[in-house]
Amino acid sequence: MKYLTPASFAEAASLARDASGVTRFLAGGTDVLVQMRADIVTPDTLIDIKHIDGVRDIIRGADGGWTIGVATPGAEMKEHAELGAEWPGVVEGMDLIGSTQVQGRATLTGNLCNASPAADSVPAMVAAGVEVTVSGPDGSRRVKAEDIPVAPGRTSLSKGELISAVHIPPRGDNGGDAYLRFIPRTEMDIAVVGCGVNLRLDGDVITEARVSLGAVAPTVLLVQACADTIIGSTLDEAALDRLAEAASAACNPITDKRGTVKFRTHVAGVLAQRTAKIAYGRAKGETK
Amino acid sequence: MSKVHVTTSINGDSTEYLCDPRETLLDVLRDQLNLTGAKEGCGTGDCGACSVTMDDRLVCSCLVLGVEAEGKEIKTVEGIAEGETLHPLQRKFIEHAALQCGVCTPGILIAAKSLLEKNPDPTETEVRYWLAGNLCRCTGYDKIIRAVMDAAAEMREAA
Repeated sequence: MKYLTPASFAEAASLARDASGVTRFLAGGTDVLVQMRADIVTPDTLIDIKHIDGVRDIIRGADGGWTIGVATPGAEMKEHAELGAEWPGVVEGMDLIGSTQVQGRATLTGNLCNASPAADSVPAMVAAGVEVTVSGPDGSRRVKAEDIPVAPGRTSLSKGELISAVHIPPRGDNGGDAYLRFIPRTEMDIAVVGCGVNLRLDGDVITEARVSLGAVAPTVLLVQACADTIIGSTLDEAALDRLAEAASAACNPITDKRGTVKFRTHVAGVLAQRTAKIAYGRAKGETK
Repeated sequence: MSKVHVTTSINGDSTEYLCDPRETLLDVLRDQLNLTGAKEGCGTGDCGACSVTMDDRLVCSCLVLGVEAEGKEIKTVEGIAEGETLHPLQRKFIEHAALQCGVCTPGILIAAKSLLEKNPDPTETEVRYWLAGNLCRCTGYDKIIRAVMDAAAEMREAA
């Protein structure tokens, strides 16, 4: 295995383009090293991107949004008070992944590129409207987070391409986000269902909404039908009922050891309601 | 397979080694540097027995490659005591009988030390969540938590 440490994303992209055999990028390594250990993936070339300037930075942009470096571990996001105050759902989604030790290394970008349908940070990013910069041998492009995973373990990135930055939009006024997952214990487990909600209010009325679901389909879903049930409402009981119905209707899950199709479909509705309530409280400024 | 030359700092000592890029930091610590405090439990980041800090960030050394330690500061359980004087966490683990077989203990000591450096006055809940990635199959955790809380109290008084 060749271990390479490029100094720029352009160099990383051309190294990956020219590499033969299996290539992996290394940031936090909490998926790559486990796959190497289990002989699931044995890279011929491992490209460590942590020697590129700025990959661990959390930067406020001119528009008020945030750029998160691709090797920024979850622990550093959690310790960033301003980021957590504006995007608690994104930070909590990331923080739910693994132990303190895993948080010391694991990244948003890795979670997105691992392309697990049950990834905790991904529904939160999708609801938040996160975009990523994809750098390749022929330049870079902006891609919506929801367009990166295309199937379990597979992404839309082509050979030589890698994510070089994560962009969280400006929070703006009267907005709030939240992420919840269902697991049968309190910590250290994989989502049976996950849900992200991001809202903006005008007074008590929801004017913008994004609702995402995890672990109920081959990829994380952005469900416009869910958003439509609550836009224009004050998140009253009738709206919550419609939201649950739309969330359950959007599910296309499998039965596995964590949950059955029936269970996941039901829980998706319940979780969507609970997550929306938290996001609503945060958008009103009543809760943190 | 060509080996990579790595220069790093381990428990404050400048250290150099040659390693295969596939070797984990845990393998390097144990097999090359004879620092056998960090243990391999699962090898996949689930059990925490291999916990070390890298630039003061708690990590599983089984999920770090040896080559990634280049230019970093690594701290292991071997660096906790000062000479013959045990760290308060180590003394309290003995006093509270917070270990039986001891395989998880080095990882828990490193993890608990890392917590107390960030938060000298944690609640029991905070200790339990922080240590959720350190599995112990002997003690049932209660004695471990009591030892950490007691060590934290003593360290606050001393400070």
